[in-house]
Amino acid sequence: MSRDYILHKIRTALGRGAGQAVADPPAARILVPEVSTEVRVASMLERVRALAGEAVESDDPRAFVANAIAGKTAIASNAPFLAERGITSLPGVRSGITDREELRELCATADVGITSVDYALADTGTLVLLSSPREARMISLLPPAHIAVVPRARILTGLDELFSLLPNPADSTSSMVLITGPSRTADIEQILVRGVHGPGLLSVVVTG
Amino acid sequence: MGRRVSLFVTCMVDQLFPQVGMAMADVLERVGCQVDFPENQTCCGQPAFNSGYRGEARTVARHFLDTFEASEAIVVPSGSCTAMITHHFAELFHKDTETLARVYALEKRVWEFSTFLTQVAGVEDVGARLDRVVTFHDGCHGLRELGVKEAPRRLLAHVRGLELREMLPAEECCGFGGTFAVKFSELSGAMARTKIEAIQRTGADTVVSADPSCLMQIQGALTRAGSDIGTLHLAEVLASR
Amino acid sequence: MSTEFGQKSHDTLVDAKLQLAIYTATGRLKEHRIAAVSDAALPDYQELRTQANAIKKHTIDNLDHYLEEFERNVEARGGKVVYCKDGTEVSDFILNLAKERAAHLIVKSKSMTTEEVDLNERLEHHGLESVETDLGEYILQLAHQRPYHIVAPALHMTRYDVAALFERELHVPLETVPEKQTALARSVLRQKFLAADIGISGANFLVADSGAVVIIENEGNARLTTSAPKIHIAVAGIEKVIPRAQDLATFLKLLARSATGQLLSVYTSFLAGPRRAGEIDGPDEFYVVLLDNGRTRLLPDKAKRQSLFCIRCGACLNTCPVYRKIGGHSFPWVYSGPIGAILTPQFMGVQHEPALPFASSLCGACGEVCPVKIDIPKILLELRSDIKKSDAREGRNRLEKLGFRAFAWLMTHPRMFEMAGRIGRSMGWPTTTKGPLGAWLSERDLPPLPAHSFREMWRRR
Repeated sequence: MSRDYILHKIRTALGRGAGQAVADPPAARILVPEVSTEVRVASMLERVRALAGEAVESDDPRAFVANAIAGKTAIASNAPFLAERGITSLPGVRSGITDREELRELCATADVGITSVDYALADTGTLVLLSSPREARMISLLPPAHIAVVPRARILTGLDELFSLLPNPADSTSSMVLITGPSRTADIEQILVRGVHGPGLLSVVVTG
Repeated sequence: MGRRVSLFVTCMVDQLFPQVGMAMADVLERVGCQVDFPENQTCCGQPAFNSGYRGEARTVARHFLDTFEASEAIVVPSGSCTAMITHHFAELFHKDTETLARVYALEKRVWEFSTFLTQVAGVEDVGARLDRVVTFHDGCHGLRELGVKEAPRRLLAHVRGLELREMLPAEECCGFGGTFAVKFSELSGAMARTKIEAIQRTGADTVVSADPSCLMQIQGALTRAGSDIGTLHLAEVLASR
Repeated sequence: MSTEFGQKSHDTLVDAKLQLAIYTATGRLKEHRIAAVSDAALPDYQELRTQANAIKKHTIDNLDHYLEEFERNVEARGGKVVYCKDGTEVSDFILNLAKERAAHLIVKSKSMTTEEVDLNERLEHHGLESVETDLGEYILQLAHQRPYHIVAPALHMTRYDVAALFERELHVPLETVPEKQTALARSVLRQKFLAADIGISGANFLVADSGAVVIIENEGNARLTTSAPKIHIAVAGIEKVIPRAQDLATFLKLLARSATGQLLSVYTSFLAGPRRAGEIDGPDEFYVVLLDNGRTRLLPDKAKRQSLFCIRCGACLNTCPVYRKIGGHSFPWVYSGPIGAILTPQFMGVQHEPALPFASSLCGACGEVCPVKIDIPKILLELRSDIKKSDAREGRNRLEKLGFRAFAWLMTHPRMFEMAGRIGRSMGWPTTTKGPLGAWLSERDLPPLPAHSFREMWRRR
């Protein structure tokens, strides 16, 4: 619409010509610390708990999930990791959905959404999920509870390491979401309420 | 020592709080400075600058430069006036290269009082004594533009008989802001009341500051609220024996 | 003050309940921020600020280049960029698209940029339903009010206000428990999300090297807005662009901490184009509306250009002793607090509300907490000077100008200054109750006038 007009105004204001070269931006500040896996796991668990999420480390994530979803309906993502750990075969769990509308219906009525993660960030207790054939967006969003099964090796130290490994997430996906704790608001009298639109219950299981 | 120091007392101290200027002179002499008072001094021009009248501010600033150019060191009992000189004169004259050079040469020699004592004279104990429970108010310009925070506290720590209590919340504006207090008097008054609530919570009997304008604002609010709490400039505290 | 700003400030100052609400809410956010950026919590806080400022400066100084790069990358990912010079163009674009797609229901996540142009009003005028989904914004929409604060829009409302509002607008029984009020809003809005044809969001950052928009939130409504409907439109000011995805490692560390004291907001979405082949969900169409609305007018001024660095964290509001007394609704435009005080005159013209840049004691707390190091006090001073120059040109406030001329004269004539002081001291303080001086005097008790000036005492020494 007003593309040329606006760009022209900008250039005039800045004293730049069309297509004029640009000096390099300041170097991106990416500092990746050296931290052992042990410490990463401990930090991840501590940070998730500090956000009122549940966080455990377990060699038997299947048992943990089975217990968490007993008597409930669950929708699981298509992450091979979940199938490998036997989670998708638990009673009450639907998965393998690839149709958008079908998935949305299931997510809208399920009690729990189960996903793996692409990465996790230890210093903030963050889950990183990229939209892909393996992980849909709605599973960690519509159901009131979210369980994330996190492979230990995927836990990064923090944002710097994430953007060091993924300098351009847009190459891989249309949506990368960083999830740090359960959904919350303090819009009414600054009183903290969880589970506004996204899940109010978040559980993280770190496993090998 | 015999360091030569010129006093820039500020227009406010000159006309309303002369005892602050006298106290500052006493303390400077006590630490071995040779003190003089260039008689032509008046004001740093801050009221005009803050009100948007830069031409008028330049006029007053030039007068300051003329008055103090010959001084080796200029000591000021006000964070806001010092900051005006050291941080804003250059802004005022950024298009006037000749005057700008004079500003750059002079601004290095202008010191807020507590900073002068601790950093230039290298002194923290000036031999003062005052039996009071005080709280210290950080004037905003001194705090944020000059970094005046530790210096007054280190000086107060050596005053015999003095107990210092910090107010909470700390570092909040008293609401003076020069012409702001006149233009937005109700708002300024509300800010002052919040400040004195913090002061009253400390249980101190005296408020000390390195800025006379803040002290005027705070004392005005205290008296209006019927409080017995008094105010003293840092110089007055340090001059006490 | 007899202006609207003066009247609204006064009304807020005398409302004890509102005073308490504003002070405690901002106080909490202020304290949380301090803890989150302390030396222990974020040792490289100052370096990050410096880096953030440098990145923003470089980007704004080369804005055309980065907008074009952003546009190329959005289109490479299957999205479309629409440049709009004002609100009319934004709504024209959306209305046309809605018509072409037979869309009727829109869900919206928080966007101050859309508030700037009253987007909802425009869309509603043309028969579209546009529902705010951020809880605070939803409440405000029902109440037909403007946001009170960038981050806490319904700061000024109590749970009882919300209960009455919901009862009236949603036809439900009176419910005063915030958890239950939230649950009610959640269920109403969920229906909207799942039925909506278009989702309109804002964007905290536009990433040039990725063609991505970054959206930061705590509730999940922005995720739903941008993932549930088939069409996603992100509306953002042209100044939101940053060069690289990697720069997010700097900005994300600063934004949430500065805004609320959280390490990161609950959800940070990095969205690049419509869903890709193989992705199961996500929108089919992706648009980014780049809005000028006056931003290009700020660019020529090198000193004030930094006003465009703002990442909308709200830290300046929470720390400003003036905002914490007069609140958001005293301000004439959608942006309040210190950032509002510098943006409003630059967007609307300095004479739109000339009191605004003067309504500050210049304490500098805002500049100290700004994550991108905007020198707000400096810009306030520049604006004050601009206003006085404009006044002089238009013959306004002549008396004040004369007063300051007299001030300058007096201060360059030391003997006259001394004499004026002597006369003043012998006359005593004025006792007027009229005008600004009267107002100033009524607020405070004045110090007793000394018998002699300093220079008189010095001479006698």
